[in-house]
This record gives sequence, structure tokens and C-alpha cells, in this order.
Amino acid sequence: MRASRVAFIAAAASLMGRDLRLALRRAGDSLLPVGFFIVVTTLYPLALDPSLSSLRDIAPAALWVGALLSSLLALDLLFRDDAQDGALEQLALCGQSFAGLLLAKTAVHWLLTGLPLVLVAPLIAITLGAPYAAMAGILAALLLGTVALSLIGAVGAGLTLSLRRNGPLLALLVLPLAVPVLIFGARATALAVQGEPIAAPLYLLAAIAVLFATLSPWALAAAVRIGLE
Amino acid sequence: MAWVWFHRFGSPPHFYRLARRLAPWFGWPALILCVAGLIGGLGLAPPDYQQGDGFRIIYVHAPAAWLSLMVYVVMATSAAVGLIWRMNVAHAVAASCAPIGASFTALALATGMLYGRPMWGTYWEWDPRLTSELLLLFLYLGYMALRSAIDDVARADRASAVLAIVGVVDVPIIHYSVIWWNSLHQAPTVMKFGRPSMPASMLVPLLLMLAGFTFYFGALLLTRARGEILRRERNAHWISAALEES
Amino acid sequence: MNISHFLAMGGYAVYVWPSYGLTATVVGLNIFWARRSLRQAQREARRRLAALKLAASS
Repeated sequence: MRASRVAFIAAAASLMGRDLRLALRRAGDSLLPVGFFIVVTTLYPLALDPSLSSLRDIAPAALWVGALLSSLLALDLLFRDDAQDGALEQLALCGQSFAGLLLAKTAVHWLLTGLPLVLVAPLIAITLGAPYAAMAGILAALLLGTVALSLIGAVGAGLTLSLRRNGPLLALLVLPLAVPVLIFGARATALAVQGEPIAAPLYLLAAIAVLFATLSPWALAAAVRIGLE
Repeated sequence: MAWVWFHRFGSPPHFYRLARRLAPWFGWPALILCVAGLIGGLGLAPPDYQQGDGFRIIYVHAPAAWLSLMVYVVMATSAAVGLIWRMNVAHAVAASCAPIGASFTALALATGMLYGRPMWGTYWEWDPRLTSELLLLFLYLGYMALRSAIDDVARADRASAVLAIVGVVDVPIIHYSVIWWNSLHQAPTVMKFGRPSMPASMLVPLLLMLAGFTFYFGALLLTRARGEILRRERNAHWISAALEES
Repeated sequence: MNISHFLAMGGYAVYVWPSYGLTATVVGLNIFWARRSLRQAQREARRRLAALKLAASS
């Protein structure tokens, strides 16, 4: 491997390790989005007829709207602290690929906020009447979906970096862009709940995730650089 | 040779003056084309066998929808040009596009709803076109909100440029995912315009209106962009001379 | 073809004419806003230039 590639991997690894350590020191912060997800999905049965058969119909919607909203909430944790104490600027100047390092940060962020949501989702799905057979499909769809949401959300977070706590603006920017994720993810989940094959929407969801992964390095680096000025 | 042209275009004083001279060349054709289109659409075209005279809404709905999409593409393209070549003129053009595009997206939604009520029975249906227009409106509003949230004009230009580029890549995906989603749930059929089976007497006025609105957008854009350039240029020399002329 | 037949639009008048009215309004408002935006920018530029001249001459 070329020396520059090794150097980058070393830099990314140490960055990810640092981020993980810092986050685990304040584990509560990282778990807040999951807590939000649980609370929000609990609201649906309370607002509707709580019979499991009717909840089953809205379970995909409840899971995905909850996932979207809690991923928005989690975005605050991604760049804000590092932007404030200058760590982000150091990343831009350290000579390694800025886009790569930002992607590494996003990956850790997903591990801390997206993955727990994916793991909790089957439990929530059961409370919403989903059959056990649907669990694999729900997991797969939310896994791909939360990754895609992290990627597009990170771009939004980068664009709003310099602004005061602007949750509504971030939502307005990210949610329309994330609609395809919602459409294909919810459809895959609905098919899983009904016991039908989910390959078609799942592939489309994967394609979206790949597209976002391709687009986001450039967009992330550009957005954060502008935000840091 | 093209590069010389390109960079001349990008020079603010040149663009400012050129825009002033060009605007009437867009404005008058727009008026003529739209008048011709309206005469054809409201007067000459026969009533549709299914939709009666109600189909005539298409002569304002389709141009509005066309504008909403086209303006977004122009906005994203000029934003990209501004970002890549650091051209203030391009950023000024992008900034000018947003309010125009947003208002015509809203108009497309309103006329779409007025078209839908007699045809579907309800003012709103989640059909692909209306849903896509609604999401496009959100994209415009987000763009404008981001711009106004950032105080420094140059930073606002660059940040919103990134947003516009991401958006324009996502727009076809959003559109096709909405069509896909819609086809699953057997929503009522979309209005039947745009098919090649439309007779010439109905199609020609539509094309005239589409062309007229495009020229109209050109005139609007040139006017707005001049103001936006003034706001971005601090260099006194060419401004004082240009202001004398206009 | 008489006027009342034209205005009735085969019964769809209540949908057709508001559509055209809204369109005319949006078209007109955009023209108004565009020209006003240009005028405001020109006014501000003149003011800025005048202030600069004042500062330079003093």
C-alpha cells in the first residue's frame, strides 16, 4: 500500500478512536436519539386504536418517521463540538483527505446513534404488532436506511455548521432530500410485515445509500469548509 | 473562443449592462407568445371530450410546472458555475432564481389543485405530480431559508450552492421514487396532458405558453440578477458609471 | 360564440378563472418584485457610493 494511503488509514483510525472515546465518556448524549425514537414510536398506539392488528398497518410508517426524526436530532452531535473547539479546522489542515476524515467521523456517529436505533427497532416493531418473521427485513431496511440518513444528514449538518442551534432549518433541508429513503425503506418494512419478499425496495434503498455515499464526500468537505470560514 | 465569451459573461459590469439591453428581447417575445397561446388555448382549441372546458387550466398549470423545474435546474447549474469558477455573476443568477422558482412551484400546486377538484372530486390527491411539486417547493424554501440564515453573502452563496447541487442530483431520484410509490397504491390516474395524442389545436397553444413563460423567466432573471450583482460588488468604479446609464 | 358561453367555460368556470387569475397575479407580482429588487439595489449602491465620496473628500 502506498505510504499516503497508510497514513490516511492511521489518521482516520485515530480520529475514530478519539471520537468513540469522547462519546463513550458521555454515553447519555449518544443514547438520547434512541430514547427519542422509543418515545415517539410509543405515541402512535396512544394516539390510535391500540389493537395489534391495526397497529401493524401503521408500524412501517411509525418506525420510519421515528427513525427520520431521531436521526435529525442526532445530527447535532456530529460536528458541533468539534467545530466549536477548533478540532474540525485542524482536521482540514492536517494534510489528510478532509472528505475521508469527515466520512470517518460520520461512520462513528452512525455507530453511536444509528446502529442502536436499528437494534432497538425489532423490539418496537413487536410492540406495534409486527410478526417475528418480519424482523430480518426490518433490520435490513433500517440498517441501510439509517446509513443513508446519516450520510445525507451529515451534509445538512455541515451546511448549517456556523448557525445557531437551527433544528427546524436542518429538518427543512434534510427531510425533502431524504424522501426516497423513506419511500423505499417504509415499503420494504411494510412488505416484511406482510410476509412478502422485500428484494425490490431493498435494492432500491441500497442504491440510494450507495449514491449518497458517492456524493457525500465531496458535499461534506465542501459544506464543512464553507461552514468553518 | 468560447472561454473569452464565458469570462466576459462573468464580468459583472459587462453582465450588468448586457442584462439591461437583453431584457426587452425576452420580455416582448414573452408577451406575444403568451397572448397567442391564450387566444389559441382559450378561444380556438375545442373542448376536450372528457374534461370539457376544464382542461384549459393546463394552459397555465403546465407552464407553471415547467418553470418550477427548469428554474431549479438553472439555479443549480449557475450555482455550480459560481462555486467552481468563483464567479459572482453566476451566484447572483442563482440567488435570483429562487424566489421566482418558489412562487411558480406554489402556483403549479394551486392550479394543480384547482384542476384536480373537478377531475378527481377532491382538491388534493397524493398523485406523483402534485407530490413532486410539493417536495420541490420544500427544496426551494430550504434553499431560501439557508441563504437568509447566513449573514455573509459570499458564504451564503457557496453554502446554498452546495445545497442546490445536492438537491438537483436528488430531484430525479425523488421524482422517480414518488412515481414508484404512487404506482403501488393505485392512486387516481394523473391528468392526461402531455401525451402526444393531443391534437394540434390543443398542443400548439400549450407549446406557445411554455415558450412564452420561458422567455418571461429570462426577462425576470436578467432584471433580478442585475440587482443581485450590485449587492455583491463593492468596486466603486464601474458601478458609478453604470448607475448613470440606467 | 358569445361572451357568457365563454365565461361559463362549460361549467368549469369556478376552477378555470381562478387558475388564470392566480397565474396573472403570480406573473405580475414577480415582475413587480424583480423591478423593486433592482431599484432597491440601485438605491443602496448610490447611497454607498455617496458615503464613500464623502469619506474620501473629508
